[in-house]
Amino acid sequence: MNSDIVSFASLAPAYPELVLAVASLVLLLVGAIINKERVIGITYAAIVLLLGLAVYVAITPSEGILFNGVFIADGFTRYMKTLVLGASAFALMLSLPHAEENGTHKYEYAVLALLSTLGMCTMVSANDLMTLYLGIELQSLAVYVLAAIKRDSGRATEAGLKYFVLGALSSGMLLYGASLIYGFTGNTNLQLIVAAIAIEGRSIGLIFGIVFLLAGVAFKLSAVPFHMWTPDVYEGAPTPVTAFLATAPKVAAMALLIRLVMDALQPVTGDWQQIIIFLSIASMVLAAFAAIGQRSIKRLVAYSSIGHVGFALVGLSSGTAVGVEGVAIYMAIYVTMTVGLFAFVLSVRTDAGPVETIDGLAGLSRERPFAAAIMAILMFSLIGLPPLAGFFAKWHVFLAAVEAQLFVLAVIGVLASAVSAFYYLRVVKVMYFDDPVARFEKVPGELTAIMAISGFLLVTYYFTVGGPLASVAHAAAGSLL
Amino acid sequence: MTFENSILSIITFLPLLGAVAVLFVPGRGGASDNTVRSIALLTTLVTFALSLVMWAAFDPSNAGFQFVVDSAWIGDNIGYRVGVDGISVLFVVLTALLMPFCILSSWDSVGTRVREYMLVFLVLETLMLGVFVTLDLAMFYVFFEGTLLPMFLIIGIWGGKRRIQASYKFFFYTFVGSVLMLLAMMAMYWDAGTTDIQQLLTHSFPTGMQTWLWLAFFASFAVKMPMWPFHRWLPEAHVEAPTAGSVILAAILLKLGGYGFLRFSLPMFPDASAQLANFVFILSVAAIIVTSLVALVQEDMKKLIAYSSVAHMGFVTMGIFAGNELGIQGAIFQMLSHGLISGALFLCVGVVYDRMHTREISAYGGLVDNMPRYAFAFMVFTMANVGLPGTSGFVGEFLTLIGVFQVNTWVAFGAAFGVIFSAAYALWLYRRIIFGALTKDALKGMLDLSLKEKVVLYPLIVMVIAFGFYPAPILDTTAGAVEALVAHYSSSVGLETATVAAAAH
Repeated sequence: MNSDIVSFASLAPAYPELVLAVASLVLLLVGAIINKERVIGITYAAIVLLLGLAVYVAITPSEGILFNGVFIADGFTRYMKTLVLGASAFALMLSLPHAEENGTHKYEYAVLALLSTLGMCTMVSANDLMTLYLGIELQSLAVYVLAAIKRDSGRATEAGLKYFVLGALSSGMLLYGASLIYGFTGNTNLQLIVAAIAIEGRSIGLIFGIVFLLAGVAFKLSAVPFHMWTPDVYEGAPTPVTAFLATAPKVAAMALLIRLVMDALQPVTGDWQQIIIFLSIASMVLAAFAAIGQRSIKRLVAYSSIGHVGFALVGLSSGTAVGVEGVAIYMAIYVTMTVGLFAFVLSVRTDAGPVETIDGLAGLSRERPFAAAIMAILMFSLIGLPPLAGFFAKWHVFLAAVEAQLFVLAVIGVLASAVSAFYYLRVVKVMYFDDPVARFEKVPGELTAIMAISGFLLVTYYFTVGGPLASVAHAAAGSLL
Repeated sequence: MTFENSILSIITFLPLLGAVAVLFVPGRGGASDNTVRSIALLTTLVTFALSLVMWAAFDPSNAGFQFVVDSAWIGDNIGYRVGVDGISVLFVVLTALLMPFCILSSWDSVGTRVREYMLVFLVLETLMLGVFVTLDLAMFYVFFEGTLLPMFLIIGIWGGKRRIQASYKFFFYTFVGSVLMLLAMMAMYWDAGTTDIQQLLTHSFPTGMQTWLWLAFFASFAVKMPMWPFHRWLPEAHVEAPTAGSVILAAILLKLGGYGFLRFSLPMFPDASAQLANFVFILSVAAIIVTSLVALVQEDMKKLIAYSSVAHMGFVTMGIFAGNELGIQGAIFQMLSHGLISGALFLCVGVVYDRMHTREISAYGGLVDNMPRYAFAFMVFTMANVGLPGTSGFVGEFLTLIGVFQVNTWVAFGAAFGVIFSAAYALWLYRRIIFGALTKDALKGMLDLSLKEKVVLYPLIVMVIAFGFYPAPILDTTAGAVEALVAHYSSSVGLETATVAAAAH
């Protein structure tokens, strides 16, 4: 087979990935030789690089299929990659304050985060079952190490190990599904799979393959019933790492899932739709009820993220362009909310260290009115209460579900969001209605800035980003179909 | 930017601007608190003045929407569209009118977290005004549901002892009802291809779909109104909310439900409305009789007024679904007049609560000796609440009763009991608080109305009596739009019966 790479310029669609690969190796080398006191510079360099790449991807339209069809760049990958790169950059920023305490001061942290981001970009651009697996593994392996980067903490290593064991299991399922699909269609390339299904029709082996494949992806998304690792890993891993794995990998996995079902499995829409609808309902309902009893902030965030994956899947369940557009908007807003949420979690500290329980936030609004106000905005936005951005996210996905006449799904979804309001409101209640018990420390500047950005975008969504984001997401969804 | 296309946007978002200004007032403590209060008062007063200018420029002979702005905004399904017609224009004025009173009444009584308090009230004002001026379905939901957020905080932070339970109950009742409406709105969008209310008003939805849409909207509006038996959140929310919160809740937020019925249920789902009118009548009459009786036995002043609100809202739903001009005119008048009266009654309760810090009826008695001015003000509002001729309360109840009498005599018969019961509980309340011997020591030192309280209550007395004798300004403003609504409704319903009759032959 001849290579389709004729010149360096023909690699243009893959520039971001190439830059990431080279940069992570260079930074690894630099980190090994420079003075220990200066290694934090590596993190700064990685942040600048990720932000630069995000801007580059956003403004440079370079599309094409590369490497004999295994790699694709189009409007959809541009949108998702911008999101992934931006989310990684902000998650890295969150690792700067209290770096020593969280074990994120080592230069390996930034390098692993870059490698993981490279894996995510590959997932987004995967046009072949093999690239897909490659991307997922690169992303996951780096994150397994990140979760356990605080080596001398029992909780962190337990989280890393748990994540690894369950992650390896899901990778196995994914691989098994991929091999079944290959076996029954004779191809690993997504477009060729479509063609093969169109000619041969659906076979029972193919359906089995789809089930296993989707189960593997659902694990990465932490959709119920493949969510068991999420609360433990979120709680055990150092908070900046949790922030990292709650944002960018979710976007990448969602992008990959969309590409897979809307592109390769388009001819068997009726089959995968059932699976996605089940995942969606199960995630929304379980998260809504399971979160009620949580006392730890990070576990609450974990269940909340499970629930939000469920809501995003409502859009995908429709199997339409409107649905993909909805999911794209949902993920952008979800990332904005999650980054703000973790900036808050990192910023509330007393003399005894970081506050980990919800009750520990009592009376925060009196001592740290700004942080409490941002958290209240985030909570209301996560409920999906207008006029905050979270409402518009839900609007777009439910609009798609109603268009596809999935009324049962839609009704269960909105009722689950009403149940979930209960535990989000409890946080507001504790911060605003209860009296303070502890004194809170001052919030570091970079966290204040991140919270301010997140809060500003959520509050002014309708006036500022809403219109442009919807048109960009519309174009992205259009390029996929 | 002309007056025509900017006035509504300015009125709606001016309070938000005030809220931003409040946010950036430097310093903490007494001096900055006073600055914050002044900014809030000034903002609400200017908003009120502008709303009067808008009312003056409003052309009542035009039945359509005026001051319209119409532009697409987020994608092709959410737009920025505003405009008012005869039905909504007066609610804008009412909202803008009551806000300065709320700010004034909380001037001294709210001493903690003044900045946050004024902030949420100003945000709330923008959201409430938004509900009435928006002409976009999605944005209607945004404003309608958005009011939950500030109100939840107002009850929860500045409320009484059982405030947390009350705020949760308030939130969940309204939230669960509203999410179903949200789905109905989406279904309407896919059927009509737009969220523009002006176009939706001329779109006719399939009859089978109408019933579902009607029920989904009903779930939201019936809770908000509130209609019996969905009213359980209201007494608690009222009792626990601070005075200004109760005023807003009773005077404006309850009207969102009635406004919703007029804007959506009746004109957009006429067939379903006609089919389900009897269902609404039953609930309305039940509300009027049952909650009036419940009001009789209340020990808490605010609770009593809250139940009386539910009963009065029964007249409104009854009038709306009578579907004729008198009924709907009466319903709108009743909503506006109830906005003034119930607002004023809660302010009256606030006056004595600020002095005694109890709402127990039994803790009072014989106030007329020390507080003659207060006794007079309270008497006017009590009589208006009863519906004494010569007060605005009479006009609304009378019109809705005539309206419904033409449709269903038995409903009118049942509802008329409400007039008797309301006299019973209101006059008994008045007797227990104002008359009797002044025996309790704590009450002997109570002072009569202060200047601020006079400024708040006296204008309301004038309005309640003035509109009782001369309701024309209100009825003339609403007449054009109501006429068009009734014509549209009866033609849609009539058309339907004609086809059914033709099919039967």
